[in-house]
Amino acid sequence: MSQSLKVPTMAEYMAEGKQPEILFWVGSAGSYDDRAKKITRAFVKLLNKANVDFAVLGTEESCTGDVAKRAGNEFLFQMQAVTNIEILNAYDVKNIVTACPHSYNTLKNEYPELGGNYNVKHHTEYIEELISSGRLKIENNSNLKGKRITFHDPCYLGRANEVYEAPRSLLKSLGVDLVEMKRNRRTALCCGAGGAQMFKEPEKGDQDINVLRTEDALKTNPNVIATGCPYCNTMMTDGVKAKEREAEVEVFDIAELIAQAENL
Amino acid sequence: MEYLPNILFAIALIAGIGYFAKNVKKLIRNIKLGKAVDVSDHKKQRWQNMIRIALGQSKMVRRPVAGILHVIVYIGFVIINIEVLEIIIDGLFGTHRVFSSLGSFYGFLIGSFEILALLVFVAVIVFWIRRNVIKLQRFWKAEMTSWPKNDGNFILYFEMVLMALFLIMNATDIPFQNMESGNVISQFIAPWFNGASESTLHIIERLAWWLHILGILVFLNYLYFSKHLHILLAFPNTYYGKVKPKGQLNNLESVTNEVKMMMDPNADPFAAPAENDTEDVPEKFGASDVTDLSWVQLLNAYTCTECGRCTSECPANQTGKKLSPRKIMMDTRDRLEEVGKNIDANNGEFKDDGKQLLGDYISNEELWACTTCNACVEACPVSIDPLSIIVEMRRYLVMEQSAAPMELNNMMTNIENNGAPWPYNQMDRLNWKDE
Repeated sequence: MSQSLKVPTMAEYMAEGKQPEILFWVGSAGSYDDRAKKITRAFVKLLNKANVDFAVLGTEESCTGDVAKRAGNEFLFQMQAVTNIEILNAYDVKNIVTACPHSYNTLKNEYPELGGNYNVKHHTEYIEELISSGRLKIENNSNLKGKRITFHDPCYLGRANEVYEAPRSLLKSLGVDLVEMKRNRRTALCCGAGGAQMFKEPEKGDQDINVLRTEDALKTNPNVIATGCPYCNTMMTDGVKAKEREAEVEVFDIAELIAQAENL
Repeated sequence: MEYLPNILFAIALIAGIGYFAKNVKKLIRNIKLGKAVDVSDHKKQRWQNMIRIALGQSKMVRRPVAGILHVIVYIGFVIINIEVLEIIIDGLFGTHRVFSSLGSFYGFLIGSFEILALLVFVAVIVFWIRRNVIKLQRFWKAEMTSWPKNDGNFILYFEMVLMALFLIMNATDIPFQNMESGNVISQFIAPWFNGASESTLHIIERLAWWLHILGILVFLNYLYFSKHLHILLAFPNTYYGKVKPKGQLNNLESVTNEVKMMMDPNADPFAAPAENDTEDVPEKFGASDVTDLSWVQLLNAYTCTECGRCTSECPANQTGKKLSPRKIMMDTRDRLEEVGKNIDANNGEFKDDGKQLLGDYISNEELWACTTCNACVEACPVSIDPLSIIVEMRRYLVMEQSAAPMELNNMMTNIENNGAPWPYNQMDRLNWKDE
């Protein structure tokens, strides 16, 4: 058992007649996937430490519909979107932060046309803000100092929305040795999970995409592969296992690394 | 008889430009078979994109070797074509090097053309070697069947011959060589013809002159049938290309209307449509054929020059899956040409040929291999968006045919039932807090 977290819901805020600074959109992976739940908890620890007034929708949250839209099911996507927008608008939500680039992209880019207009940030962007405004301090003497870390760009954060530097500047602030893969930023190779691939077997081919991407990462000889997406995390973790390197290479979300550095 | 060359020239010019104009009309007609799409937004950004990406070749040079060689050929062709203006005036009026009265400036102009012609010649040879000797992987993928391969080489041969003819024409032009100005390259070619008499030289010069201009006219008309169309269409295509974040897929308006109806407690599903209700129920959701795509997507297909940068960046293709974004574009163009020819053959009406883009050209297996990672879109040097076509065809498969892979159907059922792609209870969404 781990320490208990302070996770208020929007309903609780509403009952008190208050409005939080941000809504933390947890996303389906962050809510149910065992690996991704650790990322969620790590991010909440950071929010708690920085005394951020945040709330989650809790049981009122539902899948953004990203995966349905990319699978071609526009009906299901829009049903999900319209339902979520109704709830978000009813709570008068203005600012959303999420640790999932897929939710991020959908909320930020695809909800406005259906009536949902929010200021949406990826958690790496938000943590960077917390640090630069002095609300969150990073001790530069963490156990991560000097470790070789490579960052895998999630497609829906990088190419899709051109957020390349926020995660990198966070890693640098941890004093780690940030090593780039040959394919990085806009030429980064996908982990293989996007476009609904997460939920199906790949088509016939001669290699799995996550293994190919893991090979890219392993070429940098890292201690840690960092990423900013729960799907990428799963794919890279599986890739490291497929290459039988799990004893020496770990896969972490940036929020987890910062929480570790803070001994949270 | 004195005016015979002028008349022949005028006929060649009119025929060459006339046939090209006819095909351009056909091209526009075919592109307009696509669905309407609003592109009146972001005017400033669109112009900037065109200037930066097409005119400025900004995305070409991301791969420096091919990029710089391409810039040479591009600048060479644009600038050397100023010379065509002189050739046309000379041809029509029987003058000889009408601009030479400009004196030293003329020498400067032709001198720069000659240097560029040599550079283009060398660049094109390197391109040929990359395709045929080094055999760069992306030029030898499965979709690069005999015609696409030949097409690529024909273009290079055309360019080599045109540049060679230009230099030979200058080298054998005695008055021009005597000017001693502007013959920077051709003075080194002139000695090859030392043994020839003055009249032979004149014949060679005339021959090179005629073949050069006829070659240009033939090349112009080759464009419509070739991937080389990109030299023209890159400009409109970068203008009309996507200006929204790459991650944003378009919203299906027709679905929005349906969803609003479903969500509106006051909507009467049995209500007769209002009399002035002009909003038609769409024939289908998504795309199974080229006419279901937008005209920008069809313009994309004609603009594709089959360079294969998209395919070489595609994660599915790199891991041996059948999907190749370049093939998606080539198939779209091939099918569109087929539809266009069908319309031509049937007095302007499309007659059902029992074929469509989906299935006959693009297989479900290709479509389902896509990770929607946008690597192809990012890689394209002329703002083509293969992903939008893939998604549009997936929409048809899922919403019209319920033909998604079984695992995806399970995933979608989960979302419908419990608001998550996995079969977990929505009431357990906050359990992570206490675990």
